[in-house]
Formats: sequence, structure tokens, C-alpha cells
Amino acid sequence: MEKEQYIASGILELYVAGSLTEAENEEVLSMMQKHPEVLQEVLDIEAAVIKLTKAAAPKNKISFKTILDKLKGTDSQNNVVTLNNKPKNNWYNYTGWAAALILGGGLLWMNNQNNTLENKITEIQTEKDFFETQIEDLNSDLADSKQIINVFRDKDVISVPLAGQAVFPEAYAKAYWNKDNKTVYLDLAGLPEPPEGKVYQVWSLTLNPLTPTSLGTIDNFISDDNKIFSLENTNESQAFGITLEPAGGSVSPTLEQLYTLGVVEKTS
Amino acid sequence: MQLETLVLKFQEKDEKAFEKLYNMYSESMHGVIYNIVRDHDIAQEVMQDVFIKAWHKSDSYNSKKGRFFTWILNISRNAAIDKTRSKSFKNSSKNLSSDYFVDIIPTQDDLNTSTDAIGIAKYVGKLAEKCKKVIDLLYFKGYTQKEASETLEIPIGTIKTHNRNCIKELRELVLN
Repeated sequence: MEKEQYIASGILELYVAGSLTEAENEEVLSMMQKHPEVLQEVLDIEAAVIKLTKAAAPKNKISFKTILDKLKGTDSQNNVVTLNNKPKNNWYNYTGWAAALILGGGLLWMNNQNNTLENKITEIQTEKDFFETQIEDLNSDLADSKQIINVFRDKDVISVPLAGQAVFPEAYAKAYWNKDNKTVYLDLAGLPEPPEGKVYQVWSLTLNPLTPTSLGTIDNFISDDNKIFSLENTNESQAFGITLEPAGGSVSPTLEQLYTLGVVEKTS
Repeated sequence: MQLETLVLKFQEKDEKAFEKLYNMYSESMHGVIYNIVRDHDIAQEVMQDVFIKAWHKSDSYNSKKGRFFTWILNISRNAAIDKTRSKSFKNSSKNLSSDYFVDIIPTQDDLNTSTDAIGIAKYVGKLAEKCKKVIDLLYFKGYTQKEASETLEIPIGTIKTHNRNCIKELRELVLN
């Protein structure tokens, strides 16, 4: 800050009055040391205040000798008092220190307890979060399962068992076809995991003449837990077949890799 | 002798230095104390206590804390205010609430007063009423800016400049 501005701010007047903070006092001191004008200003302010306060003094002056006499008197008096008071003072001292130690120890202990408790809270919070996630997962699993049950229970659903074929006779699958919402649900738990680079492709077939229509590929076979998949089916399917195809699927089924096949029974 | 050296010697318990400082500031302190306690005997007693205390606690002064004058001014104000709060003082039932220093500056009619004081009285009378109050609170009573702003009912931000203008006016009156 410019020294003129500093002087004009009124801070020096408050400095002499003693109404500044410690930091401000130090700031003024360093300004006075740097700028003689600031120092001179403070001296002038002080001189004016001294003159004014002096004018308020009663006329009965007290000589310095009075102070000096009193000072020497109190000095000797002080010595006597100090001696007399010593044991008492010490006792107070010890009690004070003991109390401070106990208090300090207590504070440390409480702080320690507080930390332990806070750690426990964090631990429990983590556990709680973990359980909540689990519950959420389970709920979502349960909802999936309920949906599957509902699908299977639906009276309009046509159930089609798909039997294993020559390439893998142990394989089996089931198709649940809901004509109303044009969806076919496939339970593929009986199929082996497809080798890398290959996917299962689901076909809808009409038999005379044999015409396959792709319903899609099962891309997430391995990651799916319950191995139940749904595909849209708008065809008048007479049979369903599943073949193993290169990733991305094929235009027409590779019949040598036909895993399962099943014919839709005429219900009506 | 430089003030710094004087204070340093005083802190080393040099009685001569103490005497010089006493002669420089004792009357001012007497005025400040008297303005607060408004009793000649009590003011004398407090003033003596202040300088004895200053002597014993000279170590506690540090130029970083402010002017030596301000330091002893603080001791004086505190001692005087403490006195007004003491039981014996209260028993003498004094009502000080509305007293400003201007009331106690001797008038020209008082022949016993020093010529210095007469001059001051003449000039102080010329100070604006608001200035008399702000100077009384900040210098004679040791109010903080906040306390002064509350008492005078002016914003705290203006205390600093307001006081600066008042001191400026005072300086023109008493120093020239």
C-alpha cells in the first residue's frame, strides 16, 4: 500500500489508541521502520493524545519519589508475603498440575475412544453398503426369476423341447413361445459353452419346404447366469433349431453344427 | 535519549530511565484514570499502582505490541476500569455512564490550572460533539472499534476514518 494511503486510512490513530489486533500492530511497526513519514505521523498523533489526556489530569501531581518510595516499600513487603505464601502456593501449584494432567489424560483417552468409534462406524457403514448391494442383487435376481415363472405359467405359452442332434447328442434346450407378445424364451442350460469365436444362433423353421429364418444370436451365453434368453419371433414357426455359428451369426444355418431341434406341436 | 533506549533501560530496571518515562506519561495517565474513576484520591491510588505494575511487568512490553505510550495507556485504562468494578468503588455509588473527558478539562476561569491546560480547554471546546465522543471512547476508555460503533451507533467501517478526522482536528488545535 502507498504510504500516503496508509496514513490516510486512519489505522495509525487506532494504533496509538491500542485498538488494533496483534497482526495489525506488527504491520504498523514495519511500516514505521520502512517509512519515516509514517513514524512521524504516529509521533504527531501520540503527541496530540498525550497533550489532551494530560489536560484531563487533576492538578495534584504525584512526584516520582512517591512512586519510588512505594516501589521499595512494596518490594520488601512482597518478599515477606512471598515467603509466607510459599507452601500454600506450592500446594495450589501441585493440585493445579495434577488436575491438568488428569484432564489432559482424560482428553487423550476420549480422543482415542472417539477415533476407535469413528473407525467402527466406517467399518459398519462399509458392511452395510455391501449388504445393501447384495440385497439389491438378490431382489433383481428374484424379479428375474418371477418373470421367468410367469412366462412359463402363461397358458398361452407353447412349450417346445429341443432335442440334441448328432453333433452333440447330450445337448437339449427348451423354447417357450408366447405368440401373443411375439416372444420366444429359450432355456439353454443344457447346451455346452460355445468355443471362442463362436455363438449359438436360433432359427425359426417352416417345414414344407424347409425354410429357416434367423431369430438372432445368443451373444452373452457365457456371462448369463440362468441361461434363459428371450428373442422376438414374428414368424409362424413350425420348429426351432439352434446351430453353432461364427461370431456375428450366419445368413443360413450351418446344418453340420445343428445342436438342438424341436418341432412345435399343433395344439389346435 | 531515544525513546527506544529509554524503554530498554527501563526494562533493565534503570530507575533514571523509569523517572524519565514517568515524567513523560504520568500526567496523561492520571488524566485517563481520573476520567474513568472521577475521584481524586482513587485516581491517585490507581495511578501509583499503574506505574508500580509497569515497573514489575516491564518484561511484558514489546515494541511489536505497539507504542510504549499505548502499553502504559492500556494498563491505566484497565486498572481504572477494574477499580470501578470493585465492591468498594460501587459502594460509593458513582454514576459514570455519561461522563466525557471534556467535563473535567479545567475551564479558563480556574486560575490554578496550568496554562497548557487552559489552552487545551479552549480548543477542545471547539471539537465537534461527535469527535469528543469518539476520542473519549477510543483513547480515554479503551473501547474497541466494535464497541465504539455500537455506543455511537455509527457503522464500524466508518469509525476508522471518522476518528482520523477527529484526531486531525485535535492535532490542528493542540499542536499548532
